[in-house]
Amino acid sequence: MPRHFWLWAATLGVYAFLYVPLAVVVLFSFNDSALNAAWVGFTTGWYVKLARNQDMLGAALNSLLIALTASTVATVLGTMAGIAMHRYRPRLLPFMVITPVAMPEILLGVSLLLFFRQVLDMTLGLFSIVVAHITFSIGFVAIIIRARLAGMDESIFEAARDLGATPWQTFRRVTLPLILPGVVAGFLMSFTLSIDDFVITFFVAGVGVTTLPLQIYSMIKVAVTPEVNAVSTLLMALTLSMILLASRFAPDVLKGKA
Amino acid sequence: MRGCSSVSEAEKAPSPALSRTLSRLRARVFPSPTPVDSPAPLAGEGRGERARRRQQDLTKWAITTPPFVFLTAFFLLPFLLVVAASFRYPGEFGGLAPLLPLLGAPGKDVGLTLETYRFFFGDLTYAEIFIRSFLVAGLTTLICILLAYPVALLIARSPKKRRDLMVLLVILPFASNLLIRVYAWIIILGPLNLLYTPYAVVIGMVYVHLPFMVLPLYTNLEKHDPALLEAAQDLGANGWTRFWRITFPLSLPGIFSGSALVFIPVLGMFAIPELLGGTGDILVGNLIKEQFLDNRDWPLGSMLSIMLTLAVLALAGLAAWAARSRRGEA
Repeated sequence: MPRHFWLWAATLGVYAFLYVPLAVVVLFSFNDSALNAAWVGFTTGWYVKLARNQDMLGAALNSLLIALTASTVATVLGTMAGIAMHRYRPRLLPFMVITPVAMPEILLGVSLLLFFRQVLDMTLGLFSIVVAHITFSIGFVAIIIRARLAGMDESIFEAARDLGATPWQTFRRVTLPLILPGVVAGFLMSFTLSIDDFVITFFVAGVGVTTLPLQIYSMIKVAVTPEVNAVSTLLMALTLSMILLASRFAPDVLKGKA
Repeated sequence: MRGCSSVSEAEKAPSPALSRTLSRLRARVFPSPTPVDSPAPLAGEGRGERARRRQQDLTKWAITTPPFVFLTAFFLLPFLLVVAASFRYPGEFGGLAPLLPLLGAPGKDVGLTLETYRFFFGDLTYAEIFIRSFLVAGLTTLICILLAYPVALLIARSPKKRRDLMVLLVILPFASNLLIRVYAWIIILGPLNLLYTPYAVVIGMVYVHLPFMVLPLYTNLEKHDPALLEAAQDLGANGWTRFWRITFPLSLPGIFSGSALVFIPVLGMFAIPELLGGTGDILVGNLIKEQFLDNRDWPLGSMLSIMLTLAVLALAGLAAWAARSRRGEA
């Protein structure tokens, strides 16, 4: 028997457990049958039907708008937080940045719901969703930026200052170019998190605005149709390419080290 | 040291690469004990130095304040509100009752109360749901450990080149949407007649949280010194003995941190019980969701959220303590 035979057998079993369900979703999205039961024949009809689904298209547009706004703001604030945490070692900021990432999502969802309705007395919608997404994305960006800065030679920044650069010049000409891969990875990461978020959005969306995950949720709750397979397949392709793109800029993100 | 190097650097300023090298060299020759951005005041520093320090303070303020203010407003404050709301009366039409007697309808409950807490501890149905949530989370964690261990061990013992790919393959399914991963199991479990059962809930929970166990476990196993196993082999220990006496005890910190990463989110998860479980399979997360969105009993929902937070904090503390005491021992 080859070395590690049982380890290999068990590992392949686990990989199958991870991938077979997703493969089934993709496969049935091309199945020419309204039931997710048996393979009938190949079709792209569900995608055509999806492209004509106005609710779904509206939800996708909302998701895109929310993700673009939220990840842009989160990248700016998260980069600031990351630099501040690395440079000044503040006591409170790391707690504020990490906790929203570490606690169960539902807690952030209900506390923001309470805050928006009770204190601000506002109608829930695009604004509340964007704010909520920024809140949980800042932490991810800050962690990536801090990890990137941690491996850097401090004397570079000192040199810039000694040469008479203002703090802004130092940032613009030295710090930013060095952390840029981290900034891009942070942006892609928060974009993906925002597009994908269901739990927190579920609480702060209110009745008027639907995002892609909320739309999928209501479809699954009512009935399982191959249209869900099609939209799932497309969303998987999108997040997959985002994650792979992010990993090009900050390879550590995918190694669980960031 | 500042004075002596600035002359040579000023001359060579046009070449940033060179000046960078120079300053790096200087840092090595004169290692500075103070953080770079707050240099100790040098003797006889002039007005320029003071202005520069003021500028640095301004920079610090300018980059620390925006994220801090944002998170105070949209994370800390809302969270404190939940704590406060758990001591309020429910409103007549949902939400919260007014805090001041003047604003309330006559004869209605206003102000602060411990009523919600009394209600919670006096009613066994809530305790039951909490216990069930802990059981589901515990079972999920256990199955995750059993499934993740061989994977993490094999990755750690694979050639370096192959490791990144194998880790990536564990993370990739995690990149697809939570609902899609749950939906996949609706398709699979439906024909097997397992849908809407407690089994379906546990399968879904394991599926969604497995990467959280593999990663910390792999990070731990990767650091083990192979010389330990070789020494054990030389002393005549067989494969099982080597695993149980060396690898497993050394991997306990990884198991603990992985367990915290699986157990905690499972406690708050409401989507999986709702989509895969039956009516009797609701967990704490569903209970909280119901209070905020269906019953609109915000004080009860807030109180349950506080209970969940306390449980999470206790568990996170426990896991950190266990991992640390293990490490100290090893």
